[in-house]
Amino acid sequence: MKTQPETVFSDLKIAAFSWAMVGPLTLKFFADYGATVVRVETSLRPCVTRTSPPFKDDEPGINRSGYFSHFSANMMSLSLNMNNPLGVGVAKDLVAWADVVMENFTPGVMDRWGLGYEELREINPRIIMLRQNGFGMEGPYRNLGAFGMILAAIAGIPNYIGWPDRGPLPVGVGAYTDCISPRFASAALIAALDYRDRTGKGQVINLAQFETALYFFLPGLLDAAVNGREPVRRGNAVPDAAPHNVYRCRGKERWCTIAVTGENQWKSLCGAIGGPDLATDPRFDTLLHRKENEAELDALLESWTSERSPEEVMETLQAVGVPAGIVENAADVFEDPQLRARGLFWPMEHSEIGSFAHLGSSMVLSKTPAQASMPSPCMGEHNEYVLTKLLGKTDEEFVELLAAGALE
Amino acid sequence: MTVQRVRMLEGYRALDLTDERGFLCGKILSELGVDVIKIERPGGDPGRSIGPFWHDDPDPEKSLYWFAYNSSKRGITLALETDRGKGVFRELVNTADFIIESFDPGEMERLGFGYDELCRIRKDIILISITPFGRNGPYSCFQASDLVLMGMSGQLFMTGDPDRRPVNIMMPQACLHAGADAAAGAMIAHHHRRRTGEGQHVDISMQQSAAWFLAQTIPHWEMDNLILGRVGTFRTSSRGTLQRQVWPCRDGFIFFFMIGGQQGVKTCRRLVQWMTDEGMGNEFLQQYEWERFDMANATQELIDRLSQPIAEFFKTRTKKEALDAAISRNISICPLMSMRDLLDDPNLAAREFWVLVNHPELNASIPYPRRFARSSENLIEISRRAPLIGEHNDEVYGELGLSKESIASLRKAGVI
Repeated sequence: MKTQPETVFSDLKIAAFSWAMVGPLTLKFFADYGATVVRVETSLRPCVTRTSPPFKDDEPGINRSGYFSHFSANMMSLSLNMNNPLGVGVAKDLVAWADVVMENFTPGVMDRWGLGYEELREINPRIIMLRQNGFGMEGPYRNLGAFGMILAAIAGIPNYIGWPDRGPLPVGVGAYTDCISPRFASAALIAALDYRDRTGKGQVINLAQFETALYFFLPGLLDAAVNGREPVRRGNAVPDAAPHNVYRCRGKERWCTIAVTGENQWKSLCGAIGGPDLATDPRFDTLLHRKENEAELDALLESWTSERSPEEVMETLQAVGVPAGIVENAADVFEDPQLRARGLFWPMEHSEIGSFAHLGSSMVLSKTPAQASMPSPCMGEHNEYVLTKLLGKTDEEFVELLAAGALE
Repeated sequence: MTVQRVRMLEGYRALDLTDERGFLCGKILSELGVDVIKIERPGGDPGRSIGPFWHDDPDPEKSLYWFAYNSSKRGITLALETDRGKGVFRELVNTADFIIESFDPGEMERLGFGYDELCRIRKDIILISITPFGRNGPYSCFQASDLVLMGMSGQLFMTGDPDRRPVNIMMPQACLHAGADAAAGAMIAHHHRRRTGEGQHVDISMQQSAAWFLAQTIPHWEMDNLILGRVGTFRTSSRGTLQRQVWPCRDGFIFFFMIGGQQGVKTCRRLVQWMTDEGMGNEFLQQYEWERFDMANATQELIDRLSQPIAEFFKTRTKKEALDAAISRNISICPLMSMRDLLDDPNLAAREFWVLVNHPELNASIPYPRRFARSSENLIEISRRAPLIGEHNDEVYGELGLSKESIASLRKAGVI
């Protein structure tokens, strides 16, 4: 009889060389389900998220960034000076130890360190390498700085955001594409593990963040290819539903959504907001009429919502089966009872930040739920553990590497 | 001689019961080699009524939305409500490794195919459920649309101009965050099953998937009680100063904003050099010490004085010139690509991203993404256009061992 492993990935070892958000977001699919994840960093050039606000008590510090820490639960940090041959040597030991090497630098960086796929394969023939660059390993854009706003604009996303009388708008969250490729990459990586276990063969997977972003706008791309049509900005209006908008609520910057997608919902909405004549008002009695008089309709609804909190609008309308919700700001999301019930945030004690909510998993698995087992790492926090426990170095060897400046 | 490369997940099967909330999950699994069978109600999936349409003809066999997210799947029809349909579905479950569904919570149980029931048919089945808010919890029975979900995920609040109401991305997104998460979740569960023989139920919430990545938003609230608002065409500082980030150019828009720090200084200097080389040099910009620029305390007067010559310069440039300069001069600017630009894009061409897929019944080929990733060992690739209604009934039910007569009888009874 097989013994039950503790976690899904309790025997999976990942070495990660990453920059900014795409690395940790991909690693989360493994780290949150028990993989041993070692992130190679350097204090000589810390990840941009370590040096970005917010900082605990507004004091900048390499271990004080809430941005970095929020996304780094369950991962270890190994600091390596990759300009030092001994540092590169440790990286190669890590490759020999690992099942998976993940990287998302611009093409060339890993190869300059002698960590291209062919070299990795010589060290570890079964290695699976994931290269998740902005634009891929080949092509004219490969060296473009691939940060969020650039990728989103190149992928054409702002064409889909804005008002008819104004220009295109960036996605609010900025680096929107950062969360797209990690899902695709994780699925492919786990599939490659299955293939490796059946055949003994490793591989390199190259995924361009730019390309997976296009999967989120495919119908628009097909529309352009087939019908020659480009997106036309129309605010929150849609052709097949009205009312369908964001409405002002009581209070500063408080908003709700209402999206009526059928006649029954329209009747329920009329009943709920207490206008008995509204349902039979000839201006609004059919979808066609509501679309024709949408500005009037929106104004009428807003006169009702603006006297209420978004919570009250949501509860009143959901009670009668009308899709409506709070336009949640950061505080709302943080306190959202549904997201709380599903354990989206993991409060853990961080040695420099104190109690702090780390981001959890995006999903709930019935038999192997994600687990919060370790707070975000300080820079190099796991150097000794990784070198002596995982890579089998002696204490003397560890001290030598330290003294030689390889672990900076 | 070329060696036929195999797919990573050759030999696994998924039954895809989703509507538009979950199409993407099966698409991702299919590109990795899973035999994904899309099960539609007789007459076709309601997702076929979602536009845009081939030549704007609203026909269930011409939905580009359907095409986009159901490629590489086989398609069968089956009335799950009927007793005979349930019997056939049980047979199918017995051949499946994954079941993906996006009914409202409780609907699978009502049909007699809750997780426990499915386990009785196939002990190690993995069931992936995609619902608006998740299967349990205080909002689990709420009604939703993409607008409502994006609102409740925190994404919507931050998107739009500060002087107007929040504005949603026009292409539904919550279903795609959830569908992609579902594919990753299916694979995590699959890994567990390979090691232990145990299946499980993967519970995906569209709200949670969309809320999963909000960048610095949540830590800013937790650490500083700061609520990040809408940035719009202009970035704002905490002092209310505004800096443009979407700039009109000759044939569209360029995205750029001034930042200090090492990276920012380099980009700003290179941009000024480009302006100078093009005969639009500006003395103030040439002499400005960009190291000193800090959006947090720059005055509006300074921002305007720096921005104005840049705005004038960008107006004289095309999108292509901006992209060329970004590449050759290593400047962090980029044009806003149109959909046509993307179809003709040289980087996507260099990576053979677009592939023409034949639609014989339309007498046409349509470009689709060939694959979402490249593999040195395996084939990751789209294999066929999305299925027509019931296109693979004979094939799939035949594989199941049903005789031609029983298939005909099921068809006659309206079960398939």
